[in-house]
Amino acid sequence: MTALFFRDLKLSIRAGGGALIGVLFFLTVVAVIPFGVGPDLNLLSRIGPAIVWIGALLAALLGLDRLFQAERDDGSLDLMLMQETPLVLTVLVKCFAHWTATSLPLVIASPFLGLFMNMDEIAIGATVLTLLAGSPAITFIGAVGAAVAVALPRGGLLVSILVLPLTIPVLIFGVSATYAAVEDPAPFLPPFLILIALTMFFAVIGPAAAALALRNTSD
Amino acid sequence: MNETSLAISKFSDLANPTRFLALAQRTIPWMAAATALCLIVGLYLSFSTKGDYQQGETVRIMYLHVPSAWLSMMCYTVMTISAIGTLVWRHPLADVSAKAAAPLGAAFTLLALVTGSLWGKPMWGTWWVWDARLTSVFILFLMYLGLIALNRAIDDPSRAARVTAVLILVGFVNIPIIKFSVDWWNTLHQPASVVRLAGPAIDPEFLRPLFVMAIGFTLLFFTLHVMAMRNEIWRRRVAAQRRLAARLASRED
Repeated sequence: MTALFFRDLKLSIRAGGGALIGVLFFLTVVAVIPFGVGPDLNLLSRIGPAIVWIGALLAALLGLDRLFQAERDDGSLDLMLMQETPLVLTVLVKCFAHWTATSLPLVIASPFLGLFMNMDEIAIGATVLTLLAGSPAITFIGAVGAAVAVALPRGGLLVSILVLPLTIPVLIFGVSATYAAVEDPAPFLPPFLILIALTMFFAVIGPAAAALALRNTSD
Repeated sequence: MNETSLAISKFSDLANPTRFLALAQRTIPWMAAATALCLIVGLYLSFSTKGDYQQGETVRIMYLHVPSAWLSMMCYTVMTISAIGTLVWRHPLADVSAKAAAPLGAAFTLLALVTGSLWGKPMWGTWWVWDARLTSVFILFLMYLGLIALNRAIDDPSRAARVTAVLILVGFVNIPIIKFSVDWWNTLHQPASVVRLAGPAIDPEFLRPLFVMAIGFTLLFFTLHVMAMRNEIWRRRVAAQRRLAARLASRED
């Protein structure tokens, strides 16, 4: 399992620089927003956490279709289906590797983008913390979409359409926790704990459903 | 054969598409007639009863809006049960049922959204609010469309059904969110007022046409659902016949 983790990690970092492209996309999305809403620094600092969250969500969707696609193309997916370790576990490890390769760089990059958005230190810290807690949920939900679309010739766009509605609760609680940290009256902990609960919930549901879908697509 | 096994065998007999078609042939006229009756009585009641003292005539939108909102959730539940049938028992009619229900669900959800919007303009002064109930129903609509797109994107019907079934089951998470969104978040949409523990909070004057309309809509859904399932079975038979004809033609060459 650790071997699979490092294999996936190496593959996704080396093959076409997936992590770098994700971060670049994130940077571009966040940089485009001020052109759209105007360079008003107060407004930007107010909507900053939400913008960073949405940018990270879109960037996380970008590489999702590659989660199982390459394995299917070179046939190693069939080997994974045949091996003795439960497929759910394999999918879970692949999700962790995918998260480390694509979402963790986004979390690391988010403080710098927070500076672009004129956010203060607390807001930046809260954004990083909520992204760290919430982005695994996006990967786990995305795994279901990626597994479902693995048999399609061009499943990339369809994955985004299928996955985005399901990620909305994560977005809601991620952003509301960040705002709660910035504004005094609202407590930070309840939405943050719900966010963690969502991540754990989808850590169970996501790989199980993805494994089921993978078994059904390849026969 | 005791009673339960008889019931089970009656249910599993329906797995035979020919038997289902025969049954559908017999029941569709009755269901359609019952639907028409309920809708006529319901529409008559909804137009003849008096308007609300606050909302005036616009309260009549409720008789369309509330049943379609109920059905948008019930249709997804029907799809979820079908998805379980597809994945657990590989019931051949379950995937037909799930596929036939998706466009109906999307239509009822759109109807609920549009009528809600038309009702919201005079009542709340706005067409659309990012309220918890509205947003979660909108997400439901997007999910219906995504499921239809996914089902169409895969050629092999049985594989498409199994893959879609997985996604239907995952998406079922949204249904309790919609149901309880009005209780969990105190936003613009009113809390549940018909189906609740303390009994309905609506005057019987309004409740009567609402219930008749709800029954009419439910019957309408099941009629359309059975008809769509029948069409889907025929469509698959035509496709199978075409494949057979093509194979025979290529053998003759």
